[in-house]
Amino acid sequence: MYAQMIKSETSQDDPEKLAAFQARIDAGDKIEPKDWMPSGYRKTLIRQIGQHAHSEIVGQLPEGNWITRAPTLERKAILLAKVQDEAGHGLYLYCAAETLGVSRDELTEMLLDGRMKYSSIFNYPTLTWADMGAVGWLVDGAAIMNQVPLQRTSYGPYARAMVRICKEESFHQRQGFDIMMKMAKGTEAQKRMAQDALNRFWYPSLMMFGPSDAESVHSEQSMAWKIKMNSNDELRQKFVDQTVSQAEYLGLTVPDENLKWNEDKGGYDFSQPDWSEFFEVLKGNGPCSTERIEARQKAWDDGAWVREARMAHAAKKRSAKVAAE
Amino acid sequence: MNVTGLIRMGDNTLVLGQRLSEWCGHAPALEEDIALANTALDLIGQTQHWLDLAGKREGQGRTADTFAYTRDAWDFRNLLLVEQPNRDFAVTMIRQFLFDTWHLEALRALIDHADPDISAIAQKSAKEVTYHRERSTDIVIALGDGTEESRDRMQGALDRLWPYVGEMFAQDDDDLTDMSALRQGFDLYVTETLFKSTLTRPNSDFAHHGGKTGTRHSEHLGHLLATMQVLPRNYPDATW
Repeated sequence: MYAQMIKSETSQDDPEKLAAFQARIDAGDKIEPKDWMPSGYRKTLIRQIGQHAHSEIVGQLPEGNWITRAPTLERKAILLAKVQDEAGHGLYLYCAAETLGVSRDELTEMLLDGRMKYSSIFNYPTLTWADMGAVGWLVDGAAIMNQVPLQRTSYGPYARAMVRICKEESFHQRQGFDIMMKMAKGTEAQKRMAQDALNRFWYPSLMMFGPSDAESVHSEQSMAWKIKMNSNDELRQKFVDQTVSQAEYLGLTVPDENLKWNEDKGGYDFSQPDWSEFFEVLKGNGPCSTERIEARQKAWDDGAWVREARMAHAAKKRSAKVAAE
Repeated sequence: MNVTGLIRMGDNTLVLGQRLSEWCGHAPALEEDIALANTALDLIGQTQHWLDLAGKREGQGRTADTFAYTRDAWDFRNLLLVEQPNRDFAVTMIRQFLFDTWHLEALRALIDHADPDISAIAQKSAKEVTYHRERSTDIVIALGDGTEESRDRMQGALDRLWPYVGEMFAQDDDDLTDMSALRQGFDLYVTETLFKSTLTRPNSDFAHHGGKTGTRHSEHLGHLLATMQVLPRNYPDATW
């Protein structure tokens, strides 16, 4: 789940048009770029897809942190492939957002000046190799929970991007779990790294789903428009139920004393993450918030001459072609 | 069987693959990020083939990972060019273009090698490297013939890295093919590309040596290996 706390916009459009639009969504139609859509729908989607795209891009950094230190050539190759996929996901998503009338450069500028956000999870550091396992297992696992239903979202380009992304994400999650297996069944030091990674990533992973919907005024409209398919609490519960048995299989302990199977609800009871920490992270006070944006800003600034030169060269080629004709 | 020749091929792809992977998440545009990671991925794959074969032919139980993670700098046999730091995108892409051009010539020659394993690796690698060279060529042309700033940066990078070209063609008995014979093809291609890019080929053909023989690497290789090898060095009993 790479989109958190997406504020949905209300629309001041013609009520008849709005009703007809809602009827299309209710009938399961896909909305395509050239179709009429309420301005609120468009704005909310730009915010959501943009935040998702930014998360893929910023999400390269905590994993990129370990590519150069991957402990075998095979692991290095897998991690490179994974991070390359993430850049690719960013690309599909920026393209999906562009169909709504916003350019990739505009979205990037909004990320860099703080008008747009990326998922809180990428503000946490990756400190040991086991974190590459935890990121795949927990972070990609949480992302999949949200993204699988989004394959049925009402906006066509977003739904289609999500189909491609989901295929690759499930491979990412498997490779993460595979790293965790090796670590959890490895030497004492490796086991310690695995448990430490779970301790540090458990609550930030639960935060990925966002605060309880009871506190959210935006969910209802987004759910009616089918750009949000499930409630935050529902997905968080599903994630916990799935992950606890995997942790047991690995011989690792989920860092929650209140974790307990609840027969009546058919799921686990568990502690909520510290939501004050979550809001601090969103405000830019995450452990790596400054470094992440700084890294993206530097890439953007250092790359300016390359982007300008490519545009200049393309323009020269075009005019040479015109002159030849 | 000449194991050193295989190690040279594998060390080149390993060290350059490692260098390129440092770009991850920091490239000038998303498309470049993807392409750099993709090139790094190809090179790491080729490394596994070359160094595994080196281990088999050596017959002492070494694998590609043992070669990559347990040797110190003086046992590496890569060209000095590939261990040079990324610096900026201009240096990275000039390094890539020079390497790709040599690499493709070398692989094409090795496709005809009498040893079928060498020929097979060369054949598979040449397909990937054809694409690498196409891409780095396009970038050298676009950035050479782009803006004034980009031209200056590319010319600066070319001047800086040109002294590492000569080593690629310094032939000795450990090489898998006659490297000196590749120079003509290299020069033709480079001259044509530099012409299109409006860049000037440096006048001096002075060459630094010592990478492929391991007699004198640059200071940069030790740092690259310190990063790359940190986990297997710190936890020698672990499997990953």
